[in-house]
Amino acid sequence: MNNQSSRWIDLSFRFGAILLAFLFTVAVLIFSGAPPLEAFGQLALGAFGSVENFANVMVAWVPLLLATAGLLVTFAAGLWNIGMEGQITLGAIFATGVLRMMQDSGLPPLVMILVAIVAGAIGGALWAGLAGALKTFGGVNEIFGGLGLDFVATAITLWLIFGPWKRPGIGSMSGTVPFPREMWMPMLPHLRLSLWALAIGILGTIAVYFLLQGTYFGLRLKAVGRNRRAANLAGIPTSTYMMNAFLICGLFAGVAGAIQVTSVYHRLIPSISSNYGWLGLLVAMLINFQPVWAAPVSLFFAALNIGSIQLPIVLKLDSSLSGVLQGALVLAFLMMEGARQKFSKGQGEARS
Amino acid sequence: MTTAAILTGLAGVMAAAAPIVFATIGETLTERAGVINLSVNGTIVLSAMTSFAVAVTTDSIWLGFLAGMLTGALVALVLAFTSLTLKQSQVAVGYVLALMTLNLAYFLGNPFVGVQGPRVPSLPIPGLSGIPIIGPLFFNQNALVYISFVLIFAAWFWVFRTRPGLMLRGIGERPAAAFVRGANVPLMRYTYTMIGGALVGLAGPTFSLSVKAGWKGTISGLDGFGWIALALVIFGGWNPIRGAVGAYLFGLLQWLGVVLQPSLPNVPSQVLQVAPFPLMILTLLLVNIGNADWVDRTLAGLPPDARRVAAGVLRSMRVSPPAALGTTFEKD
Repeated sequence: MNNQSSRWIDLSFRFGAILLAFLFTVAVLIFSGAPPLEAFGQLALGAFGSVENFANVMVAWVPLLLATAGLLVTFAAGLWNIGMEGQITLGAIFATGVLRMMQDSGLPPLVMILVAIVAGAIGGALWAGLAGALKTFGGVNEIFGGLGLDFVATAITLWLIFGPWKRPGIGSMSGTVPFPREMWMPMLPHLRLSLWALAIGILGTIAVYFLLQGTYFGLRLKAVGRNRRAANLAGIPTSTYMMNAFLICGLFAGVAGAIQVTSVYHRLIPSISSNYGWLGLLVAMLINFQPVWAAPVSLFFAALNIGSIQLPIVLKLDSSLSGVLQGALVLAFLMMEGARQKFSKGQGEARS
Repeated sequence: MTTAAILTGLAGVMAAAAPIVFATIGETLTERAGVINLSVNGTIVLSAMTSFAVAVTTDSIWLGFLAGMLTGALVALVLAFTSLTLKQSQVAVGYVLALMTLNLAYFLGNPFVGVQGPRVPSLPIPGLSGIPIIGPLFFNQNALVYISFVLIFAAWFWVFRTRPGLMLRGIGERPAAAFVRGANVPLMRYTYTMIGGALVGLAGPTFSLSVKAGWKGTISGLDGFGWIALALVIFGGWNPIRGAVGAYLFGLLQWLGVVLQPSLPNVPSQVLQVAPFPLMILTLLLVNIGNADWVDRTLAGLPPDARRVAAGVLRSMRVSPPAALGTTFEKD
């Protein structure tokens, strides 16, 4: 009975957080002189208004899901892998690099795409491993090591696009020369969505779920995350576990980057990581690091991103509205979580 | 390059570093109190937007600055409330606020994109600005740059040479001990978080009304400086003067990137502009590596003389954060 009532209290605080976030966003809309209902309507229409739009939501969902899944591993180890953006970018760079090398090799496209994804995974893991080594062996906080590497990854992308990989003639912000159609990941007819990419995203999330919930490695990783010193005293090699968490997260980031190249843009562009790394951190926090919720919540965030694209055209509003709502949701969630903890503590004291 | 051109360039570095100095010192004060405000990057952009919007609407630069500082203090208040009162992770709250304020700035600032706005006038100090070399570098600037000079030393004096400063360091190092001695730890943490936030908020208008005057939405080029400021706090070892030196070094590197561009035609400008970031990682590595276990073990294996030298070098660079940074304080 008691268990049941505390469950209801939990749920009402969660619901309160969602309400709070929407109220805040409505206030922001009213303040900027925009009609709130119309704005939310456009968001929904932009995401679910047509088959094409919804397919685009799924296209955005895959890399966000992979980023979130990877981040759940580093979060389990108590690490803030803010270098996710750079790791996705490196994955994209490695994938583009091997595709360029294989372009005229006559290999079957299937082989090329698979090699590109593996190369992307290696690229992402390399960049994450660098942030991890700085943290574990150099004492550099992963937030700053990761951020610095994010900026370096962007610089490498720009250098490649305007330097060695530039389009014939002059390099431009539109990226490298697109790959020929037969090198693309197979798409659904008339849509940008690839079932392959979708399968990779879903399988990746399931893999992380089992890694964290059902393996000895996951258990010990969480022990490291909860109390590093105690884990160390218990004989767990914490440095190795932290490095492994970074490398696994980097693999996921790298695959996300490779998918951006092979199935979305078909070339390297300056903003290839599309903020999925930043957003993945928000999703992971909002789901309170519970892998089961990764898929639905990242789908919702992807829908907001895609839904906001037409806001500037239809309502002359900036598309960052989706970011405002996403941030407000996580902030309200944290606040309500704090309020709930205070509430249940107060109740506990009243009872004793 | 002529001497005059170099002097103008360096004077520009002093001015361009002013906002980073404000943000670095603001965050240093906050972190000295044991609170980490990770929202700096977004706070700077949001306060740049609000101050520009207010300055344009009211036609008053000073109201603009006030709005910027209020914005910074308000974001800091949200952080303080959620992390100190509601006891949520400071890093988590700060990160969310960093993204949210950035998006709010772009969303609410949309109507002001490309609008003509006021600019802080230059204010040469009579007499002093005529001194060769020193004059153009330090005394032919605008009021903000002078304020930034004064702030560096005032903050240092406050932290290391006054009683309240001693108390401030106390609540960041050992809050329980400071509490026993009569410090109101939560109130002081709130206060320093908001003062620090207001200083970070001062960085915004220093950009949008002076250094990078105007508001251009996502291409305003302000995204990124806040992360640099956060790293400079560590680089400076939570000392305002060392942090400011870092800000000037960063400004110098960015300027060198622009100056060296013509002589390196094969390197795209974007690459030179990020040169400070890998250097930032390298310096963080140098100031932190002395804290790593394996370094101690390696040092122990060296011959005594080499060990003394190596340990001395590492110790001179090494910094360690306020012991209670990022932790919550419970009275009981």
